[in-house]
Amino acid sequence: MEFTEKHVEGLKELLYKMADDLLIIGHRNSEWTGLGPMLEEDIAFSSMAQDKVGQSLALFELLHELGESDPDTVAFTRNDNQFHCSQLVELPIGEYDFSMVRHFFFDHAEAIRFEMLADSVFEPLSMVARKFKGEIKYHTMHADIFMKKLAAGGEESFSRMQNSINETFGLALGMFEPGNFEAKLIEAGIFGGEAELQQRWLDKVVPLLESFGYVVPKVENTEAAFGGRHGVHTPHLQPLLDEMTEVFSIDPGADW
Amino acid sequence: MPNAIKALLETVMDPEIPTISIVDLGIVTGIESPEPGHAIIELTPTFSGCPALRIMEQMVHDKLAESGYTQIEVKTTFNKQWNTNMITEKGLIALKQHGLAPPPKHDGYIELDVLSDTPCPYCNSRNTEMQTPFGPTLCRSMHYCKNCLNAFEAFKPVS
Repeated sequence: MEFTEKHVEGLKELLYKMADDLLIIGHRNSEWTGLGPMLEEDIAFSSMAQDKVGQSLALFELLHELGESDPDTVAFTRNDNQFHCSQLVELPIGEYDFSMVRHFFFDHAEAIRFEMLADSVFEPLSMVARKFKGEIKYHTMHADIFMKKLAAGGEESFSRMQNSINETFGLALGMFEPGNFEAKLIEAGIFGGEAELQQRWLDKVVPLLESFGYVVPKVENTEAAFGGRHGVHTPHLQPLLDEMTEVFSIDPGADW
Repeated sequence: MPNAIKALLETVMDPEIPTISIVDLGIVTGIESPEPGHAIIELTPTFSGCPALRIMEQMVHDKLAESGYTQIEVKTTFNKQWNTNMITEKGLIALKQHGLAPPPKHDGYIELDVLSDTPCPYCNSRNTEMQTPFGPTLCRSMHYCKNCLNAFEAFKPVS
């Protein structure tokens, strides 16, 4: 099937939201560097941060090949209303329980997204997705181990985790906010769409959490935190962007 | 001509694991030489976020330049996605020489029990446990040997 202009627009929208999610969660994860509750966790969140930012670069490169500006310009010169990340990823790291639950929800969604995209007819994306699939295996494995351990870590541990699950579930559903070109992407075989992704994600995370002993809120009783995919963000994103771009803004043309 | 280039690249070592060449690591995915003095090299990252990649591109460029190549193109692509099965036999031995447990061959599925069963690179005991799947670099995990009581690192399997 020949790609029309709409297909390309949809593809760019897809790449932007994925790249922005990865760039922003990567920067949030890196805020645990030096602050992790134990050395291994400090290293884990820092390593995952490095993977995420690296993956976002690969996606920004694909956008560049499709005619967008170069990765540094795109990553560091936009304002919050030009970002397409979900509100889930932009929130501050908070307490460790929140960061862990966000990591669990986000990375399972990413793993399934990459699995779906590994079969994309847009080959440059399918090749990158196949690469990311292997890397993210370690992220979901890490999240699963800790969600399980912390469920069994005593009363305070369990209730902190359960509260975070309750508070984060609607934010997580916000990841699956439909784009403007869902039908076009599905029709062309570029991506199977957010609705399918959400269903596969629910099929994965709900039984897993229940097997650890948690109670998972019902989708029909939860308001999904939509807006992020269309540039509507919480007040937490712009200060993060200001911090990320502080050095770049001082001298954008500097040679590193 | 590609063989001559390959021989040169076998002397370019991983900057973080100096016992293994980039050829044995399996990240050189394309070598072409359309005419004498012209080399086109394709590299692929072990991990997308690997900071050593740009350094390795430069090292490849420098090695070819000092060997008389005048037109050198080094490209990084995902056309062939790296996985640990692409490390050569020689490469697996080189990792062990550096004190890293080499990754087991895999069939595409990596589960926790594969990592928990990593043989100690010092005493070869399998009585080991994984402490964390993340280590000092993206490609390593950290383990403890209950037989010789050494902490050790493994080059983790990636599919």
